[in-house]
Amino acid sequence: MSCCESSIDKADITPVGEPNLSVAARLDEERVRAASRHLQAAQHQTDYIVPDMHCAACIGTIERGLMSMSQVCSVRANLTKRTVAVVWDADQGSGSEVASFLKRLGFEANLHFPGDAATEHVDDKGRRLLKSLAVAGFAAANIMLLSVSVWSGADVETAKLFHLISGLIAVPAVAYAGQPFFTSALKALSGRRLNMDVPISLAVILALTMSVFESFTNGSEAYFDAAVTLLFFLLIGRYLDHLMRQRARGAVDRLVQLTSKGGVLIEAGKSPHYIDLNEIREGMRLRVNPGERLPVDGTLVEGCSDVDRALVTGESNSVTCKVGDQLEAGVLNLTGSIDIIATSDASNSFLAEVSSMMDAAERGRGHYVGIADRMAQIYAPAVHLLALLTFIGWMVATGGDWHSSIYTAIAVLIITCPCALGLAVPVVHVIGAHQLMRRGIMMRDGTGFERLSEIDTVTFDKTGTLTMGEPVVTESHRVDANAASLAKSLASHSSHPAARAIANHLEEAKSLPISDITEVPGFGVEARHRGQIVRLGRARWVAEIAANEQTGEKMPGVAFAIQGKPVGVFELEDQVREAVRSTIEALKADDLTVEMLSGDHQVPVADLAERLGIETYVPEMTPHEKISHIQKLQQSGAQVLMVGDGLNDAPALAAAHVSMAPASASDVGRLASDFIFTRPSLHAVVTARAIALKTGQLVRQNFGLAIAYNCIAVPLAIAGQITPLFAAIAMSTSSIVVIANSMRLNFFKDGFHRSGKPDGHTAEAETAPVAAQTPDERAAA
Amino acid sequence: MSHLLVLIPLALALGALGLAAFFWSLRSGQYEDLEGASVRILDEDNDEQPS
Repeated sequence: MSCCESSIDKADITPVGEPNLSVAARLDEERVRAASRHLQAAQHQTDYIVPDMHCAACIGTIERGLMSMSQVCSVRANLTKRTVAVVWDADQGSGSEVASFLKRLGFEANLHFPGDAATEHVDDKGRRLLKSLAVAGFAAANIMLLSVSVWSGADVETAKLFHLISGLIAVPAVAYAGQPFFTSALKALSGRRLNMDVPISLAVILALTMSVFESFTNGSEAYFDAAVTLLFFLLIGRYLDHLMRQRARGAVDRLVQLTSKGGVLIEAGKSPHYIDLNEIREGMRLRVNPGERLPVDGTLVEGCSDVDRALVTGESNSVTCKVGDQLEAGVLNLTGSIDIIATSDASNSFLAEVSSMMDAAERGRGHYVGIADRMAQIYAPAVHLLALLTFIGWMVATGGDWHSSIYTAIAVLIITCPCALGLAVPVVHVIGAHQLMRRGIMMRDGTGFERLSEIDTVTFDKTGTLTMGEPVVTESHRVDANAASLAKSLASHSSHPAARAIANHLEEAKSLPISDITEVPGFGVEARHRGQIVRLGRARWVAEIAANEQTGEKMPGVAFAIQGKPVGVFELEDQVREAVRSTIEALKADDLTVEMLSGDHQVPVADLAERLGIETYVPEMTPHEKISHIQKLQQSGAQVLMVGDGLNDAPALAAAHVSMAPASASDVGRLASDFIFTRPSLHAVVTARAIALKTGQLVRQNFGLAIAYNCIAVPLAIAGQITPLFAAIAMSTSSIVVIANSMRLNFFKDGFHRSGKPDGHTAEAETAPVAAQTPDERAAA
Repeated sequence: MSHLLVLIPLALALGALGLAAFFWSLRSGQYEDLEGASVRILDEDNDEQPS
């Protein structure tokens, strides 16, 4: 207690409390202004992220509730994006009240900073695709209508007129709707590569040119319908692909934006005010209130608090820090308000260092080439070669008949145009992503499926991944009903993880009135009840007021006492994540190597590894060691799935072949992983892999179907037997077959969730605390 | 033949009308919140017009 009592008195411990309310409110207001868009006069629009908004009732409550505030002009809730757009008038009241009002309504609201222009840009792309799709659909329907009458035997004059009209629709439609393909093909060609868009663009443009030429000369046959329906089908695939990416990215962005994007600057002679992260410079004095994270690295200059360094070390046990201590960016301040002098700005903080390590790791992994692109690399040259050979063959066979040779070669290009191939991957991935999402797993990248199905080694982080990373009360000693009620009242006034655990544990107990509540950083919470002091916290500190002081330092867990009464104890342990054992057994049954890497000490790591049946484990690893371990494994030919959550895991997550993180992970951890699971059960790992394997199988089947179609159609095309009617039918049926096959993924069942508990262990055994049954061993160790 | 001269432009005009309607709905933000639209109808007090 020496550090805290000497440097800081009780008034300083609660600077954000009642006395300085106006300052805190003004800081909030500045934050809101920073996130707002100025509309007109005093009107501002602010977007809030409200993750808990789920149904019509939520929307109604939020919209009607906010409209009742005098400063709010209009409210619009968006359920898809889980955002609420509020237009408010600064003359009528403050903007920060909106968030607190939402909180009172029962919705956690976070400011949505408009800074990332990337998201807006992505949305534009989706709109552009949707418009192209509409134009292509309109053109395809009308041209098909005209084509059907030509095929069913219109006379020559009518056919010519219809071709002319078709051409008039098709040329502008292709010029507009084909742009996504043309630009992508040009980009590939200028980079001296071939992608799927090159044969697509070539086939569409050549088919169109040829048809226009034919319409104006003899007007026998035209492929306007083929060119446009092709675009239509391919745009469907492209749009689905885009939709999935955007949805997944949106989900991740939403999680990431929950962090603080700035700090509170303290300057001599000025009142504290909020500044943006980018404006923070070395040497600035910043205030970090309980519950906030440090925006940059810094030296503690005033105050004293417990901090959660889980982001740095991966371990969730809080640490007490005092004046002079070095703290890293991302450290979570738990109990007391502290002032730091920044020793870095945003670009060279600990966080920035880790992210540069991650970038290096990602570059090392190299750009993974998706299966569709790999197919394109073989398919595109093969198609072009085939068309060229057809042309040469026909030139030789017909003795130099230019017209029919070109005509046949173009027919080959049209018929081989990868319509079904273009749909083969995105349709499966969209349905796969949907299946994952239904099971609480979000995917950030389409190639994640392919990479996940290739793994042979699974590496787990310990704290936060195999365990929940949050303490839970396992046992309490000498706590009677009265003490329990008081302990609950005390615990509910602290945001310390141990206090939260105790409050949760004592949910049943009734609350008793307490007064003069003080949180003493590094020690615990103190209050008065009927004139007596009650304390909850470190054993030695609590024992000072208790009846007998012999229960000294050795006491583990959190102690509680009423003045003059004996000390009660709550034992806390980090809980094992749900379904860990069955997950590891399932992975082993699939012949995967399971490993555990941890930053924790030897004893608890070995203990957990033994209990979970993991043979290979490495304790006390730094982020650098984790990344080099993963890289070593990969160099020896293993394909590693890394499952981790902390900032210390982030570089390893980026280096691994594919990675997963729980939603409780650090922002950087989530950004570095390909899959994020939002439910507490670790079984998500097995589920995701099962779906990945299934999608891989379906994609291969789709490619098989598309190739089978080519095997029938291409010889006919080379022989010059293709008519526009045949092309239209073949193209549509192959696409429909591929889509129907992909739809089978909707019937995917994974036995685990249906049967509830597939393994013999009960839920209790699964979720039992790590060391519940081994207190003796722990003591011995 | 003379029928066609009336019917084909008519068919195209109707199609174009549909296309224009789609563009209008896209621009007026009706595709911004597809999930929200489907649940809003369940809220009895919510009789506002889509903006």
